[in-house]
Amino acid sequence: MNPAVLIASVYVFALAAFLGYQVISRVPPLLHTPLMSATNAISGISLIGSLVLAGAGHAPLFAHILGFVAVTAATINVVGGFGITDRMLKMFGKRLDPKAPNTPGSK
Amino acid sequence: MTLESYFMEATYLLASILFVLSLKGMSHPETARRGMFLAEAGMLAAILGTLVGQHIVTWVWIIAGLTLGSLIGGWMAISVPMTAMPQRTALSHAFGALAAALVGVGEFLVHGAQMGAITRGALGFEVMLGALTTTGSLIAAGKLQGVIGGKPIQFRGQNAINLLIFLAMTGSFVYFWIHPATVAAFYAMLGLAFAFGVMLVIPIGSADMPVVMSLLNSYAGLAAAATGFVLGNNVLIIAGTLDGFSGFILSVLMCKAMNRSITNVLFGGFGSVIAEASADTGGVMREINLEDAAMQLAFANRVIFVPGYGLATAQAQHAVRELAELLESRGVGVKYAIHPVAGRMPGHMNVLLAEANVSYAALYEMEQINPEFPSTDVVVVIGANDVVNPDARDNPKSLIAGMPILEVDRARSVIVLKRGQGRGFSGLENPLFFKACTSMLYGDAKASLSHLAQAIQHM
Repeated sequence: MNPAVLIASVYVFALAAFLGYQVISRVPPLLHTPLMSATNAISGISLIGSLVLAGAGHAPLFAHILGFVAVTAATINVVGGFGITDRMLKMFGKRLDPKAPNTPGSK
Repeated sequence: MTLESYFMEATYLLASILFVLSLKGMSHPETARRGMFLAEAGMLAAILGTLVGQHIVTWVWIIAGLTLGSLIGGWMAISVPMTAMPQRTALSHAFGALAAALVGVGEFLVHGAQMGAITRGALGFEVMLGALTTTGSLIAAGKLQGVIGGKPIQFRGQNAINLLIFLAMTGSFVYFWIHPATVAAFYAMLGLAFAFGVMLVIPIGSADMPVVMSLLNSYAGLAAAATGFVLGNNVLIIAGTLDGFSGFILSVLMCKAMNRSITNVLFGGFGSVIAEASADTGGVMREINLEDAAMQLAFANRVIFVPGYGLATAQAQHAVRELAELLESRGVGVKYAIHPVAGRMPGHMNVLLAEANVSYAALYEMEQINPEFPSTDVVVVIGANDVVNPDARDNPKSLIAGMPILEVDRARSVIVLKRGQGRGFSGLENPLFFKACTSMLYGDAKASLSHLAQAIQHM
């Protein structure tokens, strides 16, 4: 990495941090668990680094195996994280009218 | 650049934008779910872009990893009960961090020789943060699941040993950074980081888990961001930083809600010295029988439920909703008061109550609800302790002095559902239990709530 790229990356980092602060401080405490679960799933984006490691040519077998474990772990993170976040948010979405009775058939 | 690389970069840009938009959707429960679809689309685009744009030669490992990961992840998403959400989230932090750490090790194996000083520095952060978050999160998950005891594990000289491990780890990092050819220094750094993660979390008690969860969330994100620096990949930097800052903001909020600093949570070893510090305040706890409690509730105008971790352990979220609906049908005004650190992770109680179909409009935050306690007839405390401890407000010598609490003792009557007469997780005496307005209803919270509902129905 040359210094110019580093500086550009630091800009990206700083702006993402600022943007993240602005956006996330608006999330109500009500949704803090789904928020943690969702950001965690999003950071499973390290999957794309794992994919390259698992599939790149000219690499020793050990690197492929590391890549395989990394792909597995990151995929668990992404699929499990988004899946469970959605399950939670579905619960928050239902019964929009506080006084309405339960939808028939549920529980 | 080839056409494929342009396509890949375009998907990365798209993914970055979608991630930010999805978090913006999180600002309201009604838009949150749609927001998550955006994030999922972004993730899918980035994965496809990578598979097209990178020079993938071997597909076997990729397909195997994606399949295995999807199966395990999908199974977790479907089968994990809401009460187990904290340990599920901790496990997830561990997996994300492990991926980041392994990518770092792989980069070192493949490109270690050609790395410049800047990349090596970023690599060090990636591997250290990734490794310590992996083991730290596993320990946290073990504590939350009950595999490892929830009490803080402490011994003499613990902080000194931790400091030594930390110094050895950073020392190995610096040595590796200066002498990139020393493979041993790199692996020493990796091993010490794994050990440091364990040491960092074992002295922390269950009641402090909300802070630890948030911090580990932050570290996992920063590890992904560091991966972005190593690979020169902006979408990794952006997604990782969003996660890192989200975790950081939550940590700060949780610490504020306990009136403690992050250093105090990490190195204070809360809950060990306290048993001696709080002398018995004396007084008697007044027990109430089921019929009297039911009578109070049935003829109240306003009732507030205060859930704590006990609600989760007793799985009483459905029982409390049934009782609340019964009261509402009799014209009683019912609200729920949620303390920011109630439970084991930020927002824990909200998720449980949402699972039981409680409308989020009935859930109130501490600042909103505190002025309402004096005009409330009955407060029902369900397995909460420290968050309603008036010592935090009244006794400057208390170990939780200054922690903002739900001021339930200002209500006309308080019914505390509790398993037994013992102290809570923190080991602190709670003067609330001895107040004249308070009465105790012992037993399993779920059973007590159902029995209350039955008793009211028969009136």
